[in-house]
Amino acid sequence: MNAAYESEEAKVVSSEPSVTDALSVRDLTVAYHRKPVIWDIDLTIPRGKLVAIIGPNGAGKSTLIKACLDLIARSSGEVKVFDSLYSKARKRVGYVPQRESVDWDFPVSALDVVAMGIYGELGWFRRVNKRARSLALQALDRVGLADYAERQISQLSGGQQQRTFLARALVQDADIYFMDEPFAAVDAATELAIVELLKDLQSRGKTCLVVHHDLATVTEYFDWSVLLNMRVVAQGPTETVFTQENLRKTYGAKLSLFSEAAEKLMLG
Amino acid sequence: MDGYDILTVLSLRDYNTRLVVLCTLLLGCACGMIGSFLLLRKRSLMGDTLSHATLPGVGIAFIISVLIGGDEKSLPLLLAGATITGLLGCFCVQFICHNSRIKDDAAMGIVLSVFFGAGVALLGIIQTMPEGSAAGLESFIYGKTASMVLQDFRLLALVTSFVIITSIVLFKEFRILCFDQGYAASQGWPVKRLDLILLFLVTLVTVAGLQAVGLILVIALLITPAAAARFWTDRLDQMLPLSGLVGALSGWLGASMSALAPRLPAGALIVLVAAGFFIFSLLFGSKRGLAVRSIRQYRLKRTVGRQHLLRALYEILEADTSSVESVTIRAVPFRQLRGRRTWSDANVRSYLKHSYQLGLIEAITKKDLILLTEAGLAAAVQVTRNHRLWELYLIEYADVAASRVDRDADTLEHVLGGKIVAELELKLQRLRMAGTALVPPSPHPIQPGD
Repeated sequence: MNAAYESEEAKVVSSEPSVTDALSVRDLTVAYHRKPVIWDIDLTIPRGKLVAIIGPNGAGKSTLIKACLDLIARSSGEVKVFDSLYSKARKRVGYVPQRESVDWDFPVSALDVVAMGIYGELGWFRRVNKRARSLALQALDRVGLADYAERQISQLSGGQQQRTFLARALVQDADIYFMDEPFAAVDAATELAIVELLKDLQSRGKTCLVVHHDLATVTEYFDWSVLLNMRVVAQGPTETVFTQENLRKTYGAKLSLFSEAAEKLMLG
Repeated sequence: MDGYDILTVLSLRDYNTRLVVLCTLLLGCACGMIGSFLLLRKRSLMGDTLSHATLPGVGIAFIISVLIGGDEKSLPLLLAGATITGLLGCFCVQFICHNSRIKDDAAMGIVLSVFFGAGVALLGIIQTMPEGSAAGLESFIYGKTASMVLQDFRLLALVTSFVIITSIVLFKEFRILCFDQGYAASQGWPVKRLDLILLFLVTLVTVAGLQAVGLILVIALLITPAAAARFWTDRLDQMLPLSGLVGALSGWLGASMSALAPRLPAGALIVLVAAGFFIFSLLFGSKRGLAVRSIRQYRLKRTVGRQHLLRALYEILEADTSSVESVTIRAVPFRQLRGRRTWSDANVRSYLKHSYQLGLIEAITKKDLILLTEAGLAAAVQVTRNHRLWELYLIEYADVAASRVDRDADTLEHVLGGKIVAELELKLQRLRMAGTALVPPSPHPIQPGD
């Protein structure tokens, strides 16, 4: 990784007028063991939106995010972040993985985890310095965890762990955030804190894509929605796409014929 | 063997011993440090596969050197062979995992045994070759430091030092790789390449350790110090040097003991010393050792018991007085405590004893009358108040039925810190339950004792 070179690139991109979309996805298909998980996805997300990605279990929500971030191989398709390839716009992207994706028994403190958000900026070999630590502490403070900075992460509650992950993404000061189920199994206080954080990010012009499970809060929290079940059922402003009809299409019919046909195609 | 011998060996006065011991010390340190990352990356078994897969390389290198007529015991050549087949074994595992649905543990099992089998077969072939004797090659399986010469030590010292320095230089990179691979990749860290570097470093120490501890036991030197260190610290930046230290001590003590009793192979002794450190850490480690944990549990249990006792005392006194504010009598007959909870007399007496030691109650008189001290009454008021606040909170905010709330509050009230209590008071203010009373009335009827 060439940190210096990449940050140069990022500066060039961010100085452009903000007319481009935050994220655009074309013909994206991803398959695990030749079984398609998401199929022919087209997405256009304008800047500054709080976007809910909703759909039933196994609909490919996490897969969509991971494919956007180049974390898994795509079968086909193209993803552009602020009109450039992800590898070029990486500095402007923050990622909050699912909480269950890591081992919380790992011997690090909350501060250590948040400081990982600055590793990219530090580049190879450089130690975590004072400035990095103080930035990390500020980010922890923003999510209300300043008092827990030195705690080993297994001694944090589930909600606090989730907020630690958010702080790690915040410390980067990205322009678009991908969050994989930040609301999963958190306490009321954490949910409130996350919502406030999202609104704050939006007010500063950031874009957030959030995999979300609680249909009851979609209209309250998010102004843009993507309804996903292997393919995109609907996308657009929440008030227009979050309809009974679309939800039925997303959660109701199993699309069994479709997935069977797609599978045959992949195997063939 | 006498005291003088022991002193000579431990103080490294003998030149040959000094080389062996220094070498195993460095090896132990390197294994301990890189092993920490291997353990946290959850790739421990990969190390085992790697070490077993080195054997055919040793055999092939030996045969080649015989065929070209060189020095058949050239260590660099043998170790190069070991490195090549060791890595090859790892890539076979990766290949199988990527291209089939066989899980990695099965893939490692297959590769490990096939490579080791091939190695054993090659050693058999070498035995039948007329040129050169294969004697000494078995030392790669079980470890035998005595067969090393000066150049070997130079090479091993170089390799292990390199591994130690690299694992310090790449500390940050390995930490993010081991903790959160997905996030690391999203940040542009070349996860695959970092994994390769880690694997390469593990290969280096494994190969370096082949002669000293042997390929079967080297995995123990990689994993045991790291696992032992984890019991003492919750921070990776402390775990790494600690693990290196445990590894170094194991190498030093094991090799020294082997020098004193040459019939005992160094490899086995080094691993046994490391195991000793592990067992000691498991029992007495300051962060997660069994002793610390059981002491903590015992203390919590005793505190909970004492608080239950105090609350029971308060409730008895409360029932005897008309107004809660006027609980001033402080004597309770022992028999009244029975039936308050499901506790035995022995339990109650041990809680009483503990409370007495803390100055919460006076010494029990002959009539079995328990007398709370001033401080004891204050503590009882505090405990009961916390309990009731928590009950009211559960009823109000968690929809717990009043008949069940006693039980639910029972377990959690003991961990309420000052901050939570203050928050409870604030939340419950609008219930006006607190009023002016110090202790709010119980929201449910209190079960009478005997």
